[in-house]
Amino acid sequence: MSKKVLDLVQTTFSDDVIYSHSRLGNDTVVVKRESLVAIMEFLRDNDATKMNFLRDITAVDYLHRTPRFEVVYVLYSMDHKHMLIVRVPLNEDDVQIPSVSHLWGCAGWLEREVFDMYGMIFTNHPDLRRVLLYEEFEGHPLRKDYATQASQPRVELLKPERDSVEEFLHFHKDKDQATGSRVAE
Amino acid sequence: MGLEYNVPENVVITTRLDEVVNWARKNSLFQYPFVTACCGMEYMATASARYDMARFGAEIPRFSPRQADVMWVVGTVNHKLAPYLRRIYEQIAEPKWVISFGVCASTGGFYDNYATVQGIDKIIPVDVYIPGCPPRPEQVLDGLMKLQEKIELEPWRKYAYEEKKRAREQGGQADENPLFQRVK
Repeated sequence: MSKKVLDLVQTTFSDDVIYSHSRLGNDTVVVKRESLVAIMEFLRDNDATKMNFLRDITAVDYLHRTPRFEVVYVLYSMDHKHMLIVRVPLNEDDVQIPSVSHLWGCAGWLEREVFDMYGMIFTNHPDLRRVLLYEEFEGHPLRKDYATQASQPRVELLKPERDSVEEFLHFHKDKDQATGSRVAE
Repeated sequence: MGLEYNVPENVVITTRLDEVVNWARKNSLFQYPFVTACCGMEYMATASARYDMARFGAEIPRFSPRQADVMWVVGTVNHKLAPYLRRIYEQIAEPKWVISFGVCASTGGFYDNYATVQGIDKIIPVDVYIPGCPPRPEQVLDGLMKLQEKIELEPWRKYAYEEKKRAREQGGQADENPLFQRVK
């Protein structure tokens, strides 16, 4: 059933689909960033696909791979009961991606979460702020080059939390790889 | 001197003032539950009829820090929440005590990451730690009794005492707390 959706997307947008597979029952299309909004709108409005439910937006950080990031959209159709995963690869020097919050209302918060955790810039988003972390947090913690234990306390602590925080404060950006994480002052 | 010999037997007991004050304090602990996570279920189980925290005088949870004596920090505290935890602690009137309930509040538990405070003693002073994930009600009651023991044995004018000690360390004289002047 979902193979039909996969074929439909591939034939309609043959130039924009980079790659597709249905490994382990997950029908996936990898598409170009420029045509993302057009494909998503097609998937939502076409009678054969009718993806009226955006289940999730998330991202993957493949460190040391080019392109480094992939933004993942999980679509579901309440009417046809089929699912499709749309992935968009992004280079780390240009993490801008068009927002789909005008197509699905829930995309607004999901995109804010991806921005919070991975630092993707969703263009045309109505209100792109951090949703889980606090305003003064620097960096994006789910990126692979963020030190897992590097906390950023908001109040002065009575005693140090752990040594790795001190290490993190002295962490310097690697010149060879523009990792995009926090730079020590 | 000799005053207690003139009072009727078995009617009047003479004792030290701090014993009375501490006895009253330890048996009337108003609580402020700062419940953030799943340990709250175990806290409720301890408070309800089967284990019945009221037997230890700790029966009324007050959801205003102004009316509380003991702060129960129950569950994981993250860095986003830390300023509010400290502010609520500062709003509790003295004397005040803090119980760290469960392993997350005590050490951060298995949340060894950027988001979670590695034990609330990094933010506020803690009197009793109750380990466990979550601790059983028996453990919680044991912790409560440990706190009662601590209250019983600590100087009645704990804060005046601490102020004096701090002043002595800095080589000066502490200002007398006007609240205590009447009692002398």
